[in-house]
Amino acid sequence: MSIPFLYALVGIGLFCLGLHALIVHDHLLRKILAINVMGSGVFLVLVALARRGGDSPPDPVPHAMVITGIVVAVSATALALSLMLKVKAATGRAELPDKDGG
Amino acid sequence: MLPLILALAAGLGYTVLSLPEQVQGLQGAVADQLEKSGVTNPVTAVLLNFRGYDTLLEMVVLLLALLGVWSLGAQPEVRTESDSGPVLDILTRLLVPVLVLVAAYLLWAGAHAPGGAFQAGAVLGAAGVLWILTCGRLQHGLARLPLRIALVAGVATFMAVAALALQTGRQLLEYPPAQAGSLILLIEVIATVSIGLTLATLFLGVEPTDKE
Repeated sequence: MSIPFLYALVGIGLFCLGLHALIVHDHLLRKILAINVMGSGVFLVLVALARRGGDSPPDPVPHAMVITGIVVAVSATALALSLMLKVKAATGRAELPDKDGG
Repeated sequence: MLPLILALAAGLGYTVLSLPEQVQGLQGAVADQLEKSGVTNPVTAVLLNFRGYDTLLEMVVLLLALLGVWSLGAQPEVRTESDSGPVLDILTRLLVPVLVLVAAYLLWAGAHAPGGAFQAGAVLGAAGVLWILTCGRLQHGLARLPLRIALVAGVATFMAVAALALQTGRQLLEYPPAQAGSLILLIEVIATVSIGLTLATLFLGVEPTDKE
């Protein structure tokens, strides 16, 4: 197994770790962080798989896509944090209300 | 829940491992056209020339996020209004000029080495965040129209250059190879300022007014 695949597998590990945290944690800040960890995993997979050309330089297109992705992730995180503060102000807790509890 | 996630991880891992070991990606195609792109760093060439619409639209995404944050209205006061303290004050005074210099270097280096508008914008944004943490006041009169003009300047410049290409009989976002380098630099300089400001304003969390 070559080095790019090792990094790609680590990226998958990060993605699944983030997905698990996203599902099991109630606190919205933890959910936002979990989504960011998932995103980092996807970026790692993209960057690693761009390096499969042997000795030739890495494929620049996935690298450019990762930069785009990072900017989108930052924007989404900022909006999510703002929404979380609003939820906290409205309900007193930074958690989504239960289905039955309202 | 854990078995499901582990199954997903196994599936994804199997998929990645079954990909071919050696792939001729797009680096050959990029290298062939690199001469015409106006820059020598392939990632910058892809970002600002070959796939310029990516960069244009991601700057729009940043602005949309800012609009979203502003549309939520005033945030409840979460920061405790305490003095920032001498350490942060002095550190900010020392760091902000250095950060501006680093941003300028990253911007310039982007043409031939890793770097570029977003990296430089992120560093500028960090400088803005430090500045907001210590004093965080805009000069009177700067908060409304001048700030908004600076925020959209990056997208506006990009669109203007793209439209100019249309006018001269080229495709949208296609630069004339002779001027591509300077056009990319122009877009990047203005975009860096816009991105840095957008990030710092996102950190502020509310629409700045003159009274603040």
